[in-house]
Amino acid sequence: MLRYTLKRLLMAVPTLLIVITLSFFLMHLAPGGPFDGERQLPAEIEANLLATYHLDDPIWKQYLIYMGNLLQGDLGPSFKYKDFTVTELVAQGFPVSLELGFWAIGLALLIGLPLGIIAALKRNSTVDYLVMGTALAGVAIPNFVIAPLLALVFGVFLAWLPVGGWNDGAWPNLVLPVVALSIQQIAYIARMMRASMIEVLGSHFIRTARAKGLTETEVIRRHAIRPAMLPVVSYLGPAIAGIITGSVVIEQIFGIPGIGRYFVQAALNRDYTLVMGTVVFYGALIVLLNLIVDLIYSALDPQIRYDD
Amino acid sequence: MTTDTAVSTPDIAGDSLAREAWRRLKQNKAATTSLVLLALVTLACVAGPWLTPWALDEVDWNAFLTPPSLADGHYAGTDANGRDLLTRTLHGGRVSLSVALVATLVSLAIGVLYGAVAGYLGGRVDNLMMRFVDIMYSLPFMFLVILLMVVFGRNILLIYAAIGAVEWLDMSRIVRGQVLALKRREFVEAAHALGVKDRKIVTRHLIPNAIGPVIVYVTLTVPKVILLESFLSFLGLGVQEPLTSWGVLISEGKDMMETAPWMLLVPSVFLALTLFCLNFLGDGLRDALDPKTR
Amino acid sequence: MRKTSLFAGSLLLATGLAASPLQADTLRLAIMGEPASLDPHKISGTWENDVVGDLFEGLVTEAADGERIPGVAESWEVSDDGTVYTFALREDAQWSDGTPVTAGDFVFAFRRILDPATAASYAYLLYPVENAEAVYADEAEPSTLGIEAVDERTLRITLERSTPYFLDQLAHYTAYPLPKHVVEEYGDDWSKPEHMVSNGAFALQDWQSQTRIEATRNPHFHDAENVALDEVVYFPIEERNTALNRFRAGEIDIAREFPTQQYDWLKENLPEAVQVAPYLGIYYYALNIRDGHATTDPRIREALSLAVRREVITDKILGTGEQPAYSFVPPDVAHYEGPESDIAEMSQEARLERAKMLIEEAGYGPDQPLELQLRYNTSEDHRKVAIALAAMWKPLGVEVELYNSEVAVHYADMRQGDFDVARAGWIGDYNDAQNFLSLLESGVANNYGAYSNAEFDTLMDQAAETQDMDTRAELMSEAEALALEDSAVLPLYYYVSRNLVSPDLSGWQTNIEDIHRSRWIDFED
Repeated sequence: MLRYTLKRLLMAVPTLLIVITLSFFLMHLAPGGPFDGERQLPAEIEANLLATYHLDDPIWKQYLIYMGNLLQGDLGPSFKYKDFTVTELVAQGFPVSLELGFWAIGLALLIGLPLGIIAALKRNSTVDYLVMGTALAGVAIPNFVIAPLLALVFGVFLAWLPVGGWNDGAWPNLVLPVVALSIQQIAYIARMMRASMIEVLGSHFIRTARAKGLTETEVIRRHAIRPAMLPVVSYLGPAIAGIITGSVVIEQIFGIPGIGRYFVQAALNRDYTLVMGTVVFYGALIVLLNLIVDLIYSALDPQIRYDD
Repeated sequence: MTTDTAVSTPDIAGDSLAREAWRRLKQNKAATTSLVLLALVTLACVAGPWLTPWALDEVDWNAFLTPPSLADGHYAGTDANGRDLLTRTLHGGRVSLSVALVATLVSLAIGVLYGAVAGYLGGRVDNLMMRFVDIMYSLPFMFLVILLMVVFGRNILLIYAAIGAVEWLDMSRIVRGQVLALKRREFVEAAHALGVKDRKIVTRHLIPNAIGPVIVYVTLTVPKVILLESFLSFLGLGVQEPLTSWGVLISEGKDMMETAPWMLLVPSVFLALTLFCLNFLGDGLRDALDPKTR
Repeated sequence: MRKTSLFAGSLLLATGLAASPLQADTLRLAIMGEPASLDPHKISGTWENDVVGDLFEGLVTEAADGERIPGVAESWEVSDDGTVYTFALREDAQWSDGTPVTAGDFVFAFRRILDPATAASYAYLLYPVENAEAVYADEAEPSTLGIEAVDERTLRITLERSTPYFLDQLAHYTAYPLPKHVVEEYGDDWSKPEHMVSNGAFALQDWQSQTRIEATRNPHFHDAENVALDEVVYFPIEERNTALNRFRAGEIDIAREFPTQQYDWLKENLPEAVQVAPYLGIYYYALNIRDGHATTDPRIREALSLAVRREVITDKILGTGEQPAYSFVPPDVAHYEGPESDIAEMSQEARLERAKMLIEEAGYGPDQPLELQLRYNTSEDHRKVAIALAAMWKPLGVEVELYNSEVAVHYADMRQGDFDVARAGWIGDYNDAQNFLSLLESGVANNYGAYSNAEFDTLMDQAAETQDMDTRAELMSEAEALALEDSAVLPLYYYVSRNLVSPDLSGWQTNIEDIHRSRWIDFED
């Protein structure tokens, strides 16, 4: 297991290298630059700005400079947010996004799993349809509609919760964004759990367990839930990616200072260093999370072993 | 391999499997209702725009942002530019549904083949192929799509391709997993023992047997693609005017939820209905295709 | 304590919220974006002006109504030829750490912003100062810059040539003094909250990026006793709908913009909070006059302009009190009277008739449709206007392809001349017609359509050399008339500023530059 983990981490290096290189050149290929805005700067000022950020060098040289700095852990200055380095921005934004994402995934599992199990046990009953129907509402409405709707109802009309802002992650500020972010994942997880639970319940070893005279509760608790969770675990990778994508919308609508919003904004602003910084960071994060998911998966499923 | 008798057996089995599945699907009320509704929505989107009294980009200079009304022919109201919302919603449906369909097919084609090959060959090849998938996963998707839109300009074909090119990753993982599990099954090992070639085993044995989860995944992917398209629209990267899509319409409507609720409600109802039906249909298909519940 | 905050406070308590303790008179201001920096030399946006303008004060500054009043300078003298300004700085001008603001701090700041190493994108606003352009281009020593500290309290600025709007410009953040002693100690880090020292009504306390900026009253400010607020908290909120919702929920007191489509709702539900006023800006479409575009033909340009029903755009599509524009310079610009427009007087039918005739003369019509690509950058309002234009041009037999791109691509392509018709806008840097009309001079960077008229250029040059304000205005008006006759651009409407201001506040006065300093704001008891 340790060898496998180390090997995967080692393999992450070329993975990240490819990701970084691809993003770097794609980014610079895009028309428009960081200083293209509503007003054109006088030629000498633009030239001076480009020189300051090495943007007048040939692209391969910029790439080498960037990689050189990256190796020293320097992500460079942000073109847009001039008082901060990219490292500072990521370091400030990530804990916020992490907190938001953690609660969202947690909530999704906490609600999604039981819903899926209940629906599977009461398969094709009114309960099943009701539970799945409600859960599906989460998939059927885009989160950029749910978020302002929640803000309007609970923030403006009822005034129970703040409409936006972060306030150092105080729980009232967390509630609406977390709910808005997790609704879609709740639906996916519930659905997936229901499907896989039904499959497990129909399998041989459950029949054997029943034949042994175990009560239905015991069968479910001891034998069904764990294997039924496998597909959900392998879904966690995509779920995390979904949460990250979703956080772009949620952070923007609720005005939360995470890194999700930098992502799109920086790409649109051509803030090259900030874009690259978030790509590097997200790339590393996703590699790491996928590894963790795989490890959990192998821990849950004894049939799969990572030998070497 | 014409002399090989073992090849034809699963085909017959596959045929009866499909017939059996169809029979079982028909018994599922939620699924059949969904199928009918989906057909209706599709029909409305395909034929509807010809039947409404307004054209896609036609401006009614006397009706800016008017609520639904039977009297003036704007059955679902107008948008802020005085254009008929029903016409636009149906038109938008064409775009959204075709994006979903094409992107899903793209992801299906790439994902199934890729996953099946990786899973079947296993070992180093599998490792290499899955490493590539990992790399693709690590490239933050949105960034890729945004850059594609920016570099190549915005057009609907690109949206198809971009979403399809991203969605195949999940598909390939699922198929690979299925194939890995199936590979150890008796009938595959038997085919091996009989000397059937790898390519044939993949296309004739493994893919047909993995098709159940794949179909289910397709019904899951279509709504996901529709939502992804709407996400891009939210970011302002949707289709160009005067074309529209449900995503574009909803993202326009969300800012008007208090002042002109019909702008949000009309496209949302179409979108939600479609996604609901797809999900129920997916569940029904899963049940129908699952050999274990037989 | 005021009513609403009591109410909000009890509500917070009731629901068990632990809001950060706000002082009694804290203004919560929603600004429209995250500042790029709080260093006045590193910014270029309007929202940064909201913050930095509260922290710093120039030689002159803005009153509540935007009028220029003495700031750090108590009085000044201008030489007869209008090129030498001598300022007497006030005795009690102090930095927030108690050290006096000296003439040397201004000299230091001017040299710094024009130092190429600072890479200040707005440095060109100081080009009227003698040798500024040369210093920026690294062709002259910083010491040759036309600014000099005669003594601690006397500052002399020499200009390249007489510049009538120069005094107004001195209130801009590019002309603020910098605390030389702090900048020299901390370098580029000087503007971080732990180091920053400023000379305005408020002093920076904290900056949590993308969340909030806090500033408290600066006790060393010369007019501190007349500053009512204890604290100002700036919330960067990019989503205008979020800003509106937070305003409605009582989480903020002032929102510096609101979404146009909510205007009707706001007028009905929050009439006392809505503040709409003419704004120093023109919304127009650039017409490409480079070879190879149909719009090189002046008849086509005029026809396109004639067919646009500007009143429909302002009243039905935007409806926030924008004024239809038939000229390029906004009507309320100081010391200026724009030319009369012929189009404005014509009836809709007459306009359309003439437009059709012109298009036909140019060789187009229903059988030979004119195909144009209309480009706009991503924004709800731009989109709506673009769609309306396409529909309005349809009767002329013009087939429009709408093309939307994000802002960086839009402007990059416009600069390269890669468009037929494209959305543009200009917000004045200072309240002077020259700032607008210079966009139409030959070879100027922001002259997207590459309009070029030698006569126009000559008139503008003459105006620049003219000291008499009336003659100068006449020359510029003549130039504008020329440009309008040529249909150099297609003006659509003059901007308005849109603010939401809590009725509990006093001291807010709308003005054409939409400049509002928190030192004038107070809570009504």
